[in-house]
Amino acid sequence: MPAESERTTRAFDRRAPLMLHPDVALRDEAFGALAYHYGNRRLVFLKSRQLVDIVRDLDAHESGEDAVRAHVAAGEIDRYCDALGGLVASEVLRGR
Amino acid sequence: MGADSTLRDRFERGLAAPICLTWELTWACNLACIHCLSSSGKRDPNELRTEEAASLIDEIAAMRIFYINIGGGEPTIRGDFFELVEHAVDRRVGVKFSTNGSRIDATRAARLAAMDYVDVQVSIDGADDATNDAVRGAGSFDTAIRAMGALADAGFENFKVSVVVTSENVGQLGSFEELASRYGAQLRLTRLRPSGRGVDSWDRLHPSQAQNRELYRWLLDHPNTLTGDSFFHLSALGDPLDGLNLCGAGRVVCLIDPIGDVYACPFVIHDEFRAGSIRDAGGFAAVWRDSALFRGLREPGSAGACASCGSYDACRGGCMAAKFFTGMPLDGPDPECVHGHGERAAATPVLLRPRASRDHSARVPAGSAAT
Repeated sequence: MPAESERTTRAFDRRAPLMLHPDVALRDEAFGALAYHYGNRRLVFLKSRQLVDIVRDLDAHESGEDAVRAHVAAGEIDRYCDALGGLVASEVLRGR
Repeated sequence: MGADSTLRDRFERGLAAPICLTWELTWACNLACIHCLSSSGKRDPNELRTEEAASLIDEIAAMRIFYINIGGGEPTIRGDFFELVEHAVDRRVGVKFSTNGSRIDATRAARLAAMDYVDVQVSIDGADDATNDAVRGAGSFDTAIRAMGALADAGFENFKVSVVVTSENVGQLGSFEELASRYGAQLRLTRLRPSGRGVDSWDRLHPSQAQNRELYRWLLDHPNTLTGDSFFHLSALGDPLDGLNLCGAGRVVCLIDPIGDVYACPFVIHDEFRAGSIRDAGGFAAVWRDSALFRGLREPGSAGACASCGSYDACRGGCMAAKFFTGMPLDGPDPECVHGHGERAAATPVLLRPRASRDHSARVPAGSAAT
């Protein structure tokens, strides 16, 4: 069953460029999106629309943090960077 | 994931498409298990044709349903079984299918092991032949064990050994785990439901209160055991079990039967919970999105008789199907309520309980003389 999406991670570098893992598919939902990893067969919940917009926009930015800054207010940047770190840890995202 | 009340609330209002879609490919089965949810046995001539099944898979792919659970009956009996599985995985729809193992020989095991996105669940209901065969029929334990051996020999890693927990096998959980690990497999435990032929075997097979407490502790101690969120009614005993801990019927979960009828979940195969047919105009997507039944299930429910119970937030009143098929009100306690509020279910005579609208049984179920 579903894994937690916002697990924090030690090794996450928010200045690094990120992409959606090629084995992952997204499905939009009212609360955000479901992300399914065909490799490890885990389902992860993206729990806000903004997080989904950031994830879909990663390719257009030099780093995960840049993508976050393009979508959320200053006070929320750390929280959303942490969320990206969680998605890296669960292999929804990876470096590019 | 643990209890996340915001997400659970969202899920209770329904998703754009199911997460857990069960599709029973056929009612044909060479076994006659006494707890069969779909009263399987005989094939229905009106079963979905190969082309219909393939276009349903196309629709499932378009709805971004990432994987489906295929069951039956014994799904591998269908001559187009592998064709349909390949059609699904080619469209990135993963397939997990349940089998009694009777057709998993070395050749088929090798074919399955070579496919991406396919997972296999071999069903047993006892850790030895006596316990298992009393429920699933003579010889069925050896058949399942042979299939597990074939899968392991073919290099199929991490397939599932799927067990319905009963009063007769609840003492064997450790043995099931050993058995699964012997074949490099993972144990999956699910809850017995009084559905299908289970109406007649429920009183004999469902775990007692003490057995359910034992099961709950075992699940907490073995968090890697898969359960499909099956035992959320036991979360009222203390810490929540892993999973969403909600009834997903018509919200997150649904069932498609062999003739394309859509039900709220695999455990409520009854006219009252039939949402429509994939053969209707609009297909499966329209049934999922628009059926009056599913829209109703996505409305906030009433806690009914459970409203004053401090555990309601943990168990949400339990399983709709377990209540329905034991003749209990749907807005009251589960028949296995851990606080004993459901015990009057036992007072409803079996003959007065609702029965599945269709019976596909081919012959007398295994061990029925003993029920």
